[in-house]
Amino acid sequence: MTIPSTSITDAVVAEHGLKPDEYQVLLKIMGREPNLTELGIFSVMWSEHCSYKSSKRWLKTLPTEAPHVIQGPGENAGVIDIGEGLAAIFKIESHNHPSFIEPYQGAATGVGGILRDVFTMGARPIANLNALRFGSPDHPKTRHLISGVVGGIGGYGNCIGVPTVAGEVNFHPAYDGNILVNAMTVGLAKTDKIFYSAAAGPGNAVVYVGAKTGRDGIHGATMASKEFDEDSEEKRPTVQVGDPFTEKLLLEACLELMAKDCIVAIQDMGAAGLTSSSVEMAGKGGLGIELDLDKVPVRETGMTAYEIMLSESQERMLMIIKPGTEAEARAVFDKWDLDFAVIGVLTETGNIVLKKDGDVQAEIPLDPLVDAAPEYDRPHTPTPPSPMIETAEIPAPGSLGEALATLLSCPDMASRRWIWEQYDSLVMGDTVIGPGGDAALVRIQDTKRALAVTVDCTPRYVVADPAVGGAQAVAETWRNICATGAKPLAVTNNLNFGNPERPAIMGQIVGAVQGMGEACRALDYPVISGNVSLYNETEGKPILPTPVIGGVGLLEDVADACTIALKSDGNALVVIGQRSDTVDGWLGASIYLREIAGREAGAPPPLDLVRERKAGDLIRSLIGNGAVAACHDISDGGLLVTVAEMALASGKLGADVAVPSAETAHGWCFGEDQGRYVVETADPDSVIARSEAAGVPAARIGQVQAGDQLTGNGVALISLSELKTKHEAWLPAYMAAGA
Amino acid sequence: MRSAIIVFPGSNRDRDMQLALRQASGQEPHMVWHKDTDMPEVDLIVVPGGFSYGDYLRAGAMGALSPAMRTVKERSGKGVPVLGVCNGFQILTEAGMLPGALMRNAGLKFICKQVHLRVESAQTVFTSGYAQGQVIRVPVAHNDGNYFADPDTLKHLEDRDLIAFRYVDAEGAESEGSNPNGSQMNIAGIYNESRTVLGLMPHPEDAIDPLHGGIEGKGLFHGLAQALN
Repeated sequence: MTIPSTSITDAVVAEHGLKPDEYQVLLKIMGREPNLTELGIFSVMWSEHCSYKSSKRWLKTLPTEAPHVIQGPGENAGVIDIGEGLAAIFKIESHNHPSFIEPYQGAATGVGGILRDVFTMGARPIANLNALRFGSPDHPKTRHLISGVVGGIGGYGNCIGVPTVAGEVNFHPAYDGNILVNAMTVGLAKTDKIFYSAAAGPGNAVVYVGAKTGRDGIHGATMASKEFDEDSEEKRPTVQVGDPFTEKLLLEACLELMAKDCIVAIQDMGAAGLTSSSVEMAGKGGLGIELDLDKVPVRETGMTAYEIMLSESQERMLMIIKPGTEAEARAVFDKWDLDFAVIGVLTETGNIVLKKDGDVQAEIPLDPLVDAAPEYDRPHTPTPPSPMIETAEIPAPGSLGEALATLLSCPDMASRRWIWEQYDSLVMGDTVIGPGGDAALVRIQDTKRALAVTVDCTPRYVVADPAVGGAQAVAETWRNICATGAKPLAVTNNLNFGNPERPAIMGQIVGAVQGMGEACRALDYPVISGNVSLYNETEGKPILPTPVIGGVGLLEDVADACTIALKSDGNALVVIGQRSDTVDGWLGASIYLREIAGREAGAPPPLDLVRERKAGDLIRSLIGNGAVAACHDISDGGLLVTVAEMALASGKLGADVAVPSAETAHGWCFGEDQGRYVVETADPDSVIARSEAAGVPAARIGQVQAGDQLTGNGVALISLSELKTKHEAWLPAYMAAGA
Repeated sequence: MRSAIIVFPGSNRDRDMQLALRQASGQEPHMVWHKDTDMPEVDLIVVPGGFSYGDYLRAGAMGALSPAMRTVKERSGKGVPVLGVCNGFQILTEAGMLPGALMRNAGLKFICKQVHLRVESAQTVFTSGYAQGQVIRVPVAHNDGNYFADPDTLKHLEDRDLIAFRYVDAEGAESEGSNPNGSQMNIAGIYNESRTVLGLMPHPEDAIDPLHGGIEGKGLFHGLAQALN
């Protein structure tokens, strides 16, 4: 065979992101020097992005099983059984590095990629979510990045017609040089119509469908596995360009073909494109694969085997089809005006063989390529504990009302309306609770059921204590789902961290994964899919550790759905998860401490996972019995913020809160103690009795009142109209100031 | 009421519309593929929302030239009522079936939110389910909904009572704040001369179920179903 000669120098190896010892393993596998195409294939398959080489050892410790789990990690997305013969298929994925370089396309293709991961398994996507982290609002690039990322997410999701129903956004200088764009998709399939990626049947045809292959995105996966430096902007050509219309065609064509009996296996071409899809499909099936690259539909002439294999052009899929089904399958793609090309065949050789221009251009044994992928137990140093900060050490505000307004209008808590009004949150007609609630709620057609979906992470907790922060991110999604009345079923995680080769960062990863695992086990809430994004550093400055959790829950009867908006004058407000003699609260690592006292310090509030579970179970039962009229979990900003948000959501009702007369009242109002909910009820005695019977403390803390006022013990704190104006004003004013 | 929905490859509110028509008429709408010129006999044709062929060119410009739209024009010429929603409205203006054009939103951004509309004329086949001047709450979700026409056309629309819906506030008053996209004269929807073609930007089909947070879009479909039965 003819292998084109290219001299593989140390520099070429290094450019491909392979370490010298990794290259030695490669040489051993190949038994000879690789050519450039082969080196490129190893490079992307062994990149952090594709191989999880730094995180795998720890990811394995996460619980991934439960009776309702149909498919855990390792496929394009995870699958859970939601009853009535239906499955929810979901995953979250990062597109951080591309979005920093080219925010619109980076974010758009992030959405496109995660949508494909879900519909490639046979699901129709029914909801998109996103978790975003931007740098300081004062950083000169922040506005541009927000505008581009939001535009890109909207541009893609709106066009393809999948509602963007929930998300979260934080700002912190630690993200100045590395923003985070994590996109999650939830899809719906029949349990007997789920498609997997493991190839089967030597001799079966390998089919390429979708958009043509161009030179865009070459080496995206390798880029995503390195730190940034000042030349990062030169990497713009590695960012892919999205075409949501083509993705819509691909979605409809794939679902139409899946309704027939043609497909053996299918996988989208995401990171590392044709390389990872062909290697993973054949590898999982224990087979070989032979591709004729001359048959790959290309956008431009003169593309080399290296370019075709490493291109990350979007909106493409690879399928293995059953013998004799080619004409039937082709007709579907013809209908949708998409390319359909038989580009190869499954073999029994165990090798991937690439032919082009009549020559073999690459031949690599698949098993070692996949199995010998490096796996590191990187040195890790635990994050030193942060001190506990007493409320007495933190000054009380001049006015509780003003402090409340300051919190609700600070960058991390101000209304995100400016963002979510740019997303079509209603298309498909199934959105019951859209952006602005706890979890979003999407009804399932032809059933009474609905899925509750949310994404959460509190990086300031994670940086102070990775284990507590990792567990809290899980618990927060649990709470948000329970607060709608739905039962939390499973999560997907997106681990965003700095450079794992630094022991302190590796220590954050290890801690966060341990905390996450502990919470998932305690709550019977397994991890069924996920993504890892490391090397989020610029010039040695890492991001805050940000292990984002996407949670999915099931509400059996959508008519029971509970929202955060206050409903009726005179109803009582009860805190679930707090004792009635409480006069203080946990202000360490809180929003109050940062925004009012100007300190980022202290240990985060601890979690009691046993009580967390009891409280969540209780909340669902109260909602299911119609015992509560509104429910909102207590998170950023604490109790008073929670009550204010409930009043703002009602648009017409205020509340009176019984603020204790103690020197620690600011702790009581703004402390972020975990595992708590505020509920509105007409029968507080019964709610409190039921809580106590369930082993969860509860306390009556106020009542709903007509009018425009939030009051503390009957004394005005602030008017809702003023609070609303301030809450809504910050983001639009900030964005307009840059125009 | 027998109905047909034109399905472009980029249509994405075709299913929402299907649901609304099914709910109102009790009959299954025919889904007509954009490449088809055949269409069964129907009482109503709907051009739904979405991004017809991606709309990378002007929104609706290519959709207006599709094979199915030739049939829509022909049937419309024979008096079959045609409803265009969002992208459908854009396509109907591009096809010359309605006057004016939908430009990029004045805020230059996609906008998805609940708006209030005032029913300007309840005397048509489309609006018989509403009272004259009724204010309804329905969502918008579009990037190019900024209605524009020359002064003569606008005057004509107003003189001939061809403005179907206007963006107003909850009390029914026209104001700048209630206009989500910069449309001239707060126009949200218009009729053709014979009031057999209605184009509107908002999505009544996403306000037909208490779970949508409102059912005020229902009047349109139920009115149609009654009038066309």
